[in-house]
Amino acid sequence: MNGVQGQARTRGNFELITWFFMRISGVLLLFLVLGHLTIMHIVNDIQEIDYAFVVGRWISPFWRIYDMLLLWLALIHGANGLRVIVDDYARHRGWRVFWKAVLYTITAVLLFMGTEVILTFRSVG
Amino acid sequence: MQVRVRIRRYDPAQDQRPRYQEYVVDAEPEDRLLDVLNRIKWEIDGTLTFRRSCAHGVCGSDAMLINGVNRLACKVLVRDLGSTITVEPLRGFPVVKDLVVDMTGFFKAYRAVKPWLINDETPPPTERLQSPSERERFDDTTKCILCASCTTSCPSFWSNPEYIGPAAIVNAHRFIFDSRDRGAAERLDVLNSREGVWRCRTIFNCTDACPRGIEVTRAIQDVKRLLLTERV
Ligand code: FES
Repeated sequence: MNGVQGQARTRGNFELITWFFMRISGVLLLFLVLGHLTIMHIVNDIQEIDYAFVVGRWISPFWRIYDMLLLWLALIHGANGLRVIVDDYARHRGWRVFWKAVLYTITAVLLFMGTEVILTFRSVG
Repeated sequence: MQVRVRIRRYDPAQDQRPRYQEYVVDAEPEDRLLDVLNRIKWEIDGTLTFRRSCAHGVCGSDAMLINGVNRLACKVLVRDLGSTITVEPLRGFPVVKDLVVDMTGFFKAYRAVKPWLINDETPPPTERLQSPSERERFDDTTKCILCASCTTSCPSFWSNPEYIGPAAIVNAHRFIFDSRDRGAAERLDVLNSREGVWRCRTIFNCTDACPRGIEVTRAIQDVKRLLLTERV
């Protein structure tokens, strides 16, 4: 039980805050995802969802903010879940560092790409 | 009636790996499993090794995996177990011999939460008084007998023996929510670490396993909630 008295104690409130974040983001995501699914699959047929549809939607800042929230919350919620799984199952220090490096890199790249698109998107033609 | 008892045995001096041995024993339906184990040890095979002491569900020595669930051998009756009974050591601890496990880590985690009254104030001339509702607040967690049934039923603990485990959290809860105690902050520091309460995934195995009926998962949630309101 070195972890109990050792290094893990210096991590401040990190685990507490991520735990709380999972609860809050989980509740928000429930509504955001259900809204998203309703619009994309029930109100509109997937066949109708094309470039023009996205252009029309993203004219309004509301939908950009909506999609931004969905992107950030879902990615960080998912990444944190995976971080916890790595902590649970990767018992060897080296593997833990390796898997977290992979996880954080992929998350950062996806977050950056998605955010960039949502912020800078302009319709062409 | 006759029961077949399959016991997972391991003698580090002889066995490469654990093996199962079967014993056929006469038993009354009202016998406790502990009586059956004693009969095997005293009359059939003296090499069988297990812990027990009080034989009345108080000392917590004889927790074991009985038909796949953690129970005290002295508290389960043969009639509730069927005619074939499988007995194995608690999961997640190193096996010392047969049903005896090494609980060093378990008690280290227990000591880490300082399971004693911390209060440096000058003691009052009589007792430190407490209202019935203040006593009620931690009543459930006073019942722990440190049998380790909860901790060794927890999948988070199985995958990560560094996790402080439900039993230590229950015993921290017993003092954190005691109005006479002043050591909550020290204990919460330990429980707020990566290997503390945040390893709990609310699986509820601990609550199912507790032979004293302690609502273990609720106690863990109490601590999480307190951390949330105190430290955020
Ligand atoms: S022998 Fe003491 S609890 Fe079973």
